[in-house]
Amino acid sequence: MSLRTLPLLVINMGGEMLYILDQRLRAQNETDDKALRGFWSEEDRKRVLNDIVRTMFSKAFLEELMKPQDLYSHKALRCVLTRLAHTSIMRLNPASMDRLYDLMTMALKHQILLCPRPRDFLLISFNHIDAIREMVTDSPSLVNQINDAQRQIIEMYTPLSDGELQLMRQTLLALFQDFHIRVSIFLKEKIQNPDGRFVLSTSGPVPHGSEVPGLIRWFNSRGREVRRREFPSGGCYTSAVREGSFDISGDRVTRLGKNKYSATSAEDTRTSDTSKNTSKAKQESVGPNPLAKEELNLLAKLMGGMEVWSLAQADTGIRVNLFPTDEDDGGISVGTDEPSFGVINIQATKDHQANTELTRIAAEFTEQQDQPEGPSNKGDDLLAMMDDL
Amino acid sequence: KFLYNKPLSHHPNFNEMAKMYHKEKSIQIKSSASALYNNLSVLRIAPRCLTYFTVVHANVVNMVSASWDGLNYSHRQLQSKEGNVATSSSLIMQAAWCVLPSRDLLVLTSQKGIQMYESDGSIMVYWHALETPETPTAQAVFARGIAAVREKYICVGVSSGSVLVFDVPSKGSNITLSEVLEEHTEAITDMASECSGSMECIADLVSADDSGLLCVWKSGGDFQLLNKIPGFDTSCSSLKLWKGTVIAGYGTGQIRLYEGVTGILHAEVNAHARWIYSLDIAPFTGLLLSAAEDSLVRVWHLTITPETNSVEIEHLYNECVTDTQICGAKFCDGDGYAFAVTGYDLSEIIRYTQA
Repeated sequence: MSLRTLPLLVINMGGEMLYILDQRLRAQNETDDKALRGFWSEEDRKRVLNDIVRTMFSKAFLEELMKPQDLYSHKALRCVLTRLAHTSIMRLNPASMDRLYDLMTMALKHQILLCPRPRDFLLISFNHIDAIREMVTDSPSLVNQINDAQRQIIEMYTPLSDGELQLMRQTLLALFQDFHIRVSIFLKEKIQNPDGRFVLSTSGPVPHGSEVPGLIRWFNSRGREVRRREFPSGGCYTSAVREGSFDISGDRVTRLGKNKYSATSAEDTRTSDTSKNTSKAKQESVGPNPLAKEELNLLAKLMGGMEVWSLAQADTGIRVNLFPTDEDDGGISVGTDEPSFGVINIQATKDHQANTELTRIAAEFTEQQDQPEGPSNKGDDLLAMMDDL
Repeated sequence: KFLYNKPLSHHPNFNEMAKMYHKEKSIQIKSSASALYNNLSVLRIAPRCLTYFTVVHANVVNMVSASWDGLNYSHRQLQSKEGNVATSSSLIMQAAWCVLPSRDLLVLTSQKGIQMYESDGSIMVYWHALETPETPTAQAVFARGIAAVREKYICVGVSSGSVLVFDVPSKGSNITLSEVLEEHTEAITDMASECSGSMECIADLVSADDSGLLCVWKSGGDFQLLNKIPGFDTSCSSLKLWKGTVIAGYGTGQIRLYEGVTGILHAEVNAHARWIYSLDIAPFTGLLLSAAEDSLVRVWHLTITPETNSVEIEHLYNECVTDTQICGAKFCDGDGYAFAVTGYDLSEIIRYTQA
């Protein structure tokens, strides 16, 4: 549908990812387990975040995203986000990346759904960008990079009509359709129901530009109001609040898109799939993916010049728990036939091998990958390889 | 005939209103409804005691046929088409039945083109491919907005603002594109044809776009533009035309009633707290249905007297579909005795009948 949705999708998903990674890496320093505490220093954490932000807001990356194009498939989107997460010295194994992607997806779905009017999605994006800018505030060059990117975003999106912005929102809702993964913190805060669906309020301020429901007005042929009458509207709405700022900085007014993880514990980010609906949604369509070529160009750009750490030589790394084990089920119980959470590890090492050739990477990972389904060609192999990272 | 209890007006708690409708058993559909305007179409087939429903999910249309005794349901799925490929991943924007005197056709509009089927979805009788620019621009390409007009036209809107007029013979597949109307410059959102059944109405068709502009037309060998009613910079997402009155639902949650030919605004309703996704009218009784992202479906009563130029609208009833952004709401019959509702991410068609 809309061909302009990808940049905002990646920035918002990336933003959620940074929130979670930041919180988890901080938590490592606060853990009671003396054996694990202190592995990720403040400096390490900042380095990881800076590296990710540098790639995410790089000119080349954004330029690629801003080309008019359909949204990536979930598979390709995950690849891109995995690659972003691995820009630095930190590595997440597939299970961690799964959980992370689930969290990002549901957080963004919630924000898009609750967006009072389509234009507010820009404010949500700016909330993410503002928070990211805060995270890298020590690095003036990164702040400049972010500001440049934000100027481009403002230029690209603020002139769009409400109808075009709604089309963008509908495109994103299509991407997130049928995802009902339950997230502990959402359940706890009562923004998500036990069946995975989000709570939609019928009270509060109406969106900017709307009127509180409940009034009918009649006009004469000269346009003058001649009569008015009220009707019971149900719900409990109040007038719109002031509009958020669409500038580089300013009060965005909405809280959607702000960092909700800063005060949370690891337990709060536990997720669980709700049976069939989610697995159905995660099945990619069986037809050939016409986007594969564009996605690969982007991925190749990202991979080129980046140092790669070989998973095959993992023994030098120290395992760090990103999320807790499920031995202590703190209270949110989920369906009996749900898979258990499992331990999520970050395999991290500060030593890394410089290896920039794509062919060498492919050779190292090929033994580990399953046979790809569907037509086997170069493109699919690269994507399949990326999935194993 | 129908009977309804007048609600207690001015009462803040809608639960205490006399219940005009009650919820029936929902119809399960094979996949959930997508967040698209007017995402429910209903066709009543009295001779066979059946009602058909269609709900769009991504590149598929879920079609259910429900027997009136509630005992038999049968499902069919139609897919979007593209070029020479029978099935495609291109997204469907809307599906709607077009009721013409001699035949009913099911029309699907997608990112690639327009498909027309026999009313039971069994055979595709016509395919029209949309022109796509050689180099992709930022402007999305799709068809949206479907209306059957008078005896022989089916009109479909396009994202460029064009309205395609198709000439439909009484049977067979010799459907032709007879005219392209170029008045809108923004993407068409919805279209509606006069549904009162009266032959006295001058205006046959109204089209709306993302800027809220409404164009009022008279059909014929050449369609004639009767009026252009400017928008107020807010998208009009759903439209009806009844007894010459345009009923328009907007992204601001407002409903406006205009006299089609003159463009005079009769009334404005602050109807919903979020974007309106669907309007429908029961032509025999003047009941109006409105539904929005705010989870509410509202029933109103319209009284229009063209002779005295008076338009009366009265609010009758509210129904809240909890935690659901409604994307389709339609009456199941011409009296408004029953209506059906779809919501984003819901895999069911919720039904209500007068109590």
